Amino acid sequence: MSPAVWASGLTRRFGAFVAVDDVSFEVRAGEIFGFLGPNGAGKTTTIRMLTGLLLPTGGRGAVAGFDLATQTEEIKRRIGYMSQTFSLYADLTVGENIEFFSRLYSLPRDRRSARREWVLEMAGLTEHAGRLTGTLPLGWKQRLALGCAVLHEPPVLFLDEPTSGVDPISRRGFWRLINTLAAAGTTVFVTTHSMDEAENCGRLALMNRGRLIALDTPAGLREGHTEPIFEVRVADAASVVETLRDAPGIVEAGMFGRTLHVTVARAEGAEELIAAALGRRGIAAAGMGRIVPALDDVFVARVRAAGGAPAD
Amino acid sequence: MADAGVTVRVGGLSKRFGALEAVRGLTFDVPAGSLFGLVGPDGSGKTTTLRMLAGVLPPTSGDAAVAGVSVARDPERVKRRIAYMSQRFGLYGDLTVMENLLFYADLYEVPASERGPRLERLFRFSNLGPFRDRQAGALSGGMKQKLGLSCALVHQPEVLLLDEPTFGVDPISRRDLWLIVHDMVAQGITTIVSTVYMDEAERFDRLVMLHRGRTIALGTPDELMADAPTMEDVFVRRVAEAEAAGATRGGAEPEGRP
Repeated sequence: MSPAVWASGLTRRFGAFVAVDDVSFEVRAGEIFGFLGPNGAGKTTTIRMLTGLLLPTGGRGAVAGFDLATQTEEIKRRIGYMSQTFSLYADLTVGENIEFFSRLYSLPRDRRSARREWVLEMAGLTEHAGRLTGTLPLGWKQRLALGCAVLHEPPVLFLDEPTSGVDPISRRGFWRLINTLAAAGTTVFVTTHSMDEAENCGRLALMNRGRLIALDTPAGLREGHTEPIFEVRVADAASVVETLRDAPGIVEAGMFGRTLHVTVARAEGAEELIAAALGRRGIAAAGMGRIVPALDDVFVARVRAAGGAPAD
Repeated sequence: MADAGVTVRVGGLSKRFGALEAVRGLTFDVPAGSLFGLVGPDGSGKTTTLRMLAGVLPPTSGDAAVAGVSVARDPERVKRRIAYMSQRFGLYGDLTVMENLLFYADLYEVPASERGPRLERLFRFSNLGPFRDRQAGALSGGMKQKLGLSCALVHQPEVLLLDEPTFGVDPISRRDLWLIVHDMVAQGITTIVSTVYMDEAERFDRLVMLHRGRTIALGTPDELMADAPTMEDVFVRRVAEAEAAGATRGGAEPEGRP
């Protein structure tokens, strides 16, 4: 079976600036694929090419079997797109929004009522079809926006930070819907800064400075991270970050919740090294130990190893 | 006057917009020099609360004493004691990073002798130093957010109010932003930060969890997590308890993020 989305050497130049630089990957049908990277890494430019809004200047790729360079209109009809600033009309009712998107996607007349019922059911809004969209809680609007984005049953769905700002209960419900869609064969492409959202993805692609710098499952990224990381518990952790960053043998130190995550060059003797650096400030750690890195740690380390985040 | 050791005292603070009760009877104390969190999803009342504490929005009922000054009776005097970074902080896109910082230093009347060391310190944590001559409009989202925070901090406020400084920011800029915040707390500035991210809630000395304008939890992270593995579990459980009690049923959320 051919991949639902693929890119091979995909490149986009703007004058001398290479926004997307020789990027290759394959996403299989029904996969939930996460796309991460700091601002300016080339994520948005890649998405614009994959959604038929921008032509590549080099390389090749296809979405739902259609070519990124020559079949952008076919691609646009076969994808769904939902962003955080989704395009629902606040002064239309729930039912009217569904009707509007049915027409926008040129849904055949005989399919409209069945799809409308499906969206209302899926979004849990059957009782609220007559309610003004602007008065709905955010989590409900998000489910409605998802429903409208898949009204035309697109094989590939793009989500841009889909659950930022919603409460955890709504977020869990939203991801159950996404998993149901994926299980039924919809390919889901998610861009996000939230490591919580990233954990919901089957595989993650990490971009920096236009290049793809990592591609693996969340567990694979954590386990494949070879630089040793120690969690250090210390009162007023923030005040010692700089001290640790400047100490020899320490690669990186950052706050993680109330603890510190300290990346060291070598695991042997690391605890003594950290204790000594803290000791020079007259501080004793309440505890420390080696940990499996969080996705956040992997993100920071991979971007650093790839030259650091771009400035713009 | 504020009690000794308490810099912000909030009592029964409420705000109604027409039929919507955006904040209902909020009551908490923020000890001097501590880091306090307002944690909740969009529409839970975080921004409305911060705007009232900043003296830019009058409460419908209740009051708060910020550095000893009543926000209901004397909002103008509150504004001089605080620094407030809203979600849409006013940066000047045509000015460079340095020009923006100096503009705010003028606005806050920061003495010339204090400017150098203050800016040095802000640059060190924000990593904005190499970009001091870049136009603010040409910065990435995370860098803009760091510049906005730095501008709010060019003067030495008694109380710092930050509305979702890390929203939508990548993990690297997020680390820098938290370092700046913790550095201000280490200098003794009482700081109140709002966030939608439950995983950030563990950073606070104390926090209030908000849901549809009401308090569903208040305490230290240790207290709140005594019987739950994560802050997200705390939130989910407390909402379920509040709904079982009928407290939040039927409440409408306001519009989400603008």
